[in-house]
Amino acid sequence: MAELIVVLALALVAVAGTVVVRTRDPAGQAVVLGGYGLLLSVLFVVLQAPDVALSQVAVGAAVVPLMVLLTIRAIGRYQGPRR
Amino acid sequence: MTRTARTIVFGVGALCLGVFLVLVFLRMPEFGGSRHAYRDASVGAALRQVTPNVVASINFDQRALDTLGEEIILFGSVIGAATLLRLGEHERRRPLTPGESVLPSTRLLGYLLLPVLVLLGLDVIAHGHLTPGGGFQGGVVLASGVHLSYLAGSYRALRRLRPLDWYNYAEALGAGAFVALGCAGMVAGGAFLANFLPHGQFTQLFSTGTVAVLSIAVGVAVTAGAVVLLAQFLEQAMAVQAEEAG
Amino acid sequence: MIPFAYAVAGYLLLLGCYGVVRSHDLVHTTVCVSVAQSGTYVLLLTVGYQRGATAPVFGSSTPPGTPVVDPVVQALTLTDIVVGATVTALLLALALQVAKRHGTVDPDQLNSLRG
Repeated sequence: MAELIVVLALALVAVAGTVVVRTRDPAGQAVVLGGYGLLLSVLFVVLQAPDVALSQVAVGAAVVPLMVLLTIRAIGRYQGPRR
Repeated sequence: MTRTARTIVFGVGALCLGVFLVLVFLRMPEFGGSRHAYRDASVGAALRQVTPNVVASINFDQRALDTLGEEIILFGSVIGAATLLRLGEHERRRPLTPGESVLPSTRLLGYLLLPVLVLLGLDVIAHGHLTPGGGFQGGVVLASGVHLSYLAGSYRALRRLRPLDWYNYAEALGAGAFVALGCAGMVAGGAFLANFLPHGQFTQLFSTGTVAVLSIAVGVAVTAGAVVLLAQFLEQAMAVQAEEAG
Repeated sequence: MIPFAYAVAGYLLLLGCYGVVRSHDLVHTTVCVSVAQSGTYVLLLTVGYQRGATAPVFGSSTPPGTPVVDPVVQALTLTDIVVGATVTALLLALALQVAKRHGTVDPDQLNSLRG
């Protein structure tokens, strides 16, 4: 049973990672990255690593998506006409 | 190099790497096995040093020098980002417009949760040597809590609440305290970053010697570093603009 | 047979690299680097996992002597996550400066611009 949960968490992480890489729009990618960070921290909890999960959920679901969205907004002002 | 050429070169490289990875994975110990030599050694050492959280013991006692290195990497990255994002010669800060207003429920929730998150972050840092947590995790939680005032209010509210100079000093203070404790360990215990404070009782708050104190120092440094880092990005996104040339 | 856990870690690493190669936007590239880094976190933690063992934190419910998973790889991964986020911040700052200088963040267009 515990083995099944580990396999399920790993599969979810693999699928979420694929979605993150295949999302081309950066703003959408930031949101999907937040979800990927959450799924990663669930995987870390299932693998009996609460310290790592705490670190991942704070960093990967809060700080990094915020930075990506702020960068996208700042870049938007400098970008020329898209081809 | 065209896209197609790039993809082909990547494909060849990825194939070779994939073959090597498969060969390595076939030779590794089985997943979920019980043969972990480092675990037996480090758990024994942590229990001898009276530290219930073995991960904190490794980070701040057994391999504290590595944590000092990572702390310096963090420090350097914050300096690097601040340097890259400083105001250029043709840029200036524009005055902040009031902007869109937030829903009252969002504002209420944000302001209610701000003290909760700050307390949670402080708790995670303070109990890092007893329960899962520590300086790194609690520091990032605390930094996110400070930025709730930006989500619930406005950028102007955040700027009032967050005097950036103090956070710069706090980051330097945290990193310096880590090194100072290391030197104190050299004087009192004979080795850099030696655990020279009294170890106390198992699972008491004032125990584990320097692990708790180093964890707090790292917590202060990481909180301040994350706030300063986010401040650079917020400033670029909200307030900086290029002067019209000519 | 390769354990599924290690295969997922290797897949995430190669997936991140593939994303970097096929990217149309420097911010997308940075996020893909972050995905590749997370592949290494998964590998580290799955190497340290033991069936039936619990988290390496002792207390009233886990007296010293209960089998725990490997704490050394957890210590490595945990600082790695925070430092990886700051490296991501540096890459994003670089992308922003590129946008300011060249007006575009498309890697294919950047090659043809001369300073």
